[in-house]
Amino acid sequence: MLCQNCGKRPATTFLKKTVNGETSEWHLCAECAAKQGIGSMFGGFDLGNFWGSLFAEPSARAVADTVRCEGCGHSFREIVDSGKAGCPECYTTFYDQLLPSIQRIHGKTRHTGKVPSSGGEEIKKENEIERLRRELSECIAEQQYEKCAELRDRIQALEKENSGGTAEK
Amino acid sequence: MDNTKRWYEQSGAEGDVVISTRVRLARNLSGTPFPAGLTPERKREVSERVRGALKSCESGGDYDYLEMGNMTARDALAMVERHLISPEFAQCSEGSALLLKKDESVSIMVNEEDHIRLQVMRPGLDLDEAYREADELDTELDGKLHFAFDDRLGYLTQCPTNLGTGMRASIMLHLPALQERGAIQQLAGTVSKLGLTIRGLYGEGSKPEGAIYQLSNQVTLGISERSAIENLKGIASQIIREERAGREQLRQNPRFEDMVWRSLGILRTARLLSHDEFMTLISNLRVGVALGVIPDVSIDTLSGLIADAQPAAIMAAARRDMEPAERDAERAKMVRERLEAE
Repeated sequence: MLCQNCGKRPATTFLKKTVNGETSEWHLCAECAAKQGIGSMFGGFDLGNFWGSLFAEPSARAVADTVRCEGCGHSFREIVDSGKAGCPECYTTFYDQLLPSIQRIHGKTRHTGKVPSSGGEEIKKENEIERLRRELSECIAEQQYEKCAELRDRIQALEKENSGGTAEK
Repeated sequence: MDNTKRWYEQSGAEGDVVISTRVRLARNLSGTPFPAGLTPERKREVSERVRGALKSCESGGDYDYLEMGNMTARDALAMVERHLISPEFAQCSEGSALLLKKDESVSIMVNEEDHIRLQVMRPGLDLDEAYREADELDTELDGKLHFAFDDRLGYLTQCPTNLGTGMRASIMLHLPALQERGAIQQLAGTVSKLGLTIRGLYGEGSKPEGAIYQLSNQVTLGISERSAIENLKGIASQIIREERAGREQLRQNPRFEDMVWRSLGILRTARLLSHDEFMTLISNLRVGVALGVIPDVSIDTLSGLIADAQPAAIMAAARRDMEPAERDAERAKMVRERLEAE
């Protein structure tokens, strides 16, 4: 079979694309496949724009072109149009506007897990609380009640320090 | 670990079902635009910074520094087939670089979508060890490079899907019995509710060639690395149990034993093997070996073959491009030689 694109060389790559339920099939030669961005069996696949229709929010429309990220100069509109943040700073600059999409993607909006040395004290304490809670449940299972009481006190003390209203359950 | 073999030529824990484990962390340098917004010169600066930082890491080990601009498309694709780099990275050129540990168990892509994509690979099911190694290297690199981090959103990445831990943990599974039973579709529905995905690794559609699947975590924000890994482990152990039960049922069927032996017969004698046919036959043989039906072939040999008989791997080894027909002959020759040597 000859390549369906150039009609000259033999087709060596079979490309099947299903986009929103519509399937198209192509038999291409290696050269035409490469032009399509397909190196033999590996296709670069555009997963589309994760930000979705963020301009539905009035607050988003208001900042769309006026505010620019200090880190890279991107406007909010540029981020939404490309589907990509320009630099780490963009997430701080446009935090309020991006949050609805982030929530949609992950179901959550607050990080738990590893914190690098540059991370804030509050989140480090939250991690410590989580670690102590795990230790506590182990102690309960092993019936070491004295240690349990000690752990509970430390957890409560840390929770008190962190109760600036931002700690999430 | 046997030092004469590459990591993917040996089997690990639960090796009858789990082929390998991979943990990938996405990281970025604070105060620097993401790679898409950098000129080749600035990308090169980032690459050099990462290279320098890695050199001074205690847990570093021996790494090759490969500039993507100097790599042939063939070699890059062969690395994609071995899962050392992503398909997207294979198309990156000037300024992007790969830091690859000599035994190929750790690869660091610099200037892919993010400044750093660090991944650790292990044979078999070994999530804890793979994460421990990635975590250790990440902590050391962070000390020198200072990764972009926000207390609310975690590690900051170009794509919002990686925010939070920036961690993607995956295990590669061989699931011929579950595929035969048509159970994968249902499984995909179940795991997606738990924040995981399962997809065929070779080829598209409901019956991927070789019945090789990848199970990985999808959600990275609001779930700690530890929880995501425990989650993955829990589901994996259920899948492994189901697959093994399915295989025991298969074993009762005399047609199964016949199919396994016939597959070995064709692999040992064929003069032309297309990629599809090879993957189907080697998958049959792998179950046969795992169940002890075929006594004198090892899983390690098959893992090495699956890696080396992929299209770009064959061409990379020969150092030239080939038409599919020529590759099929080369593949058949390689398979005959390796299976005869057993």
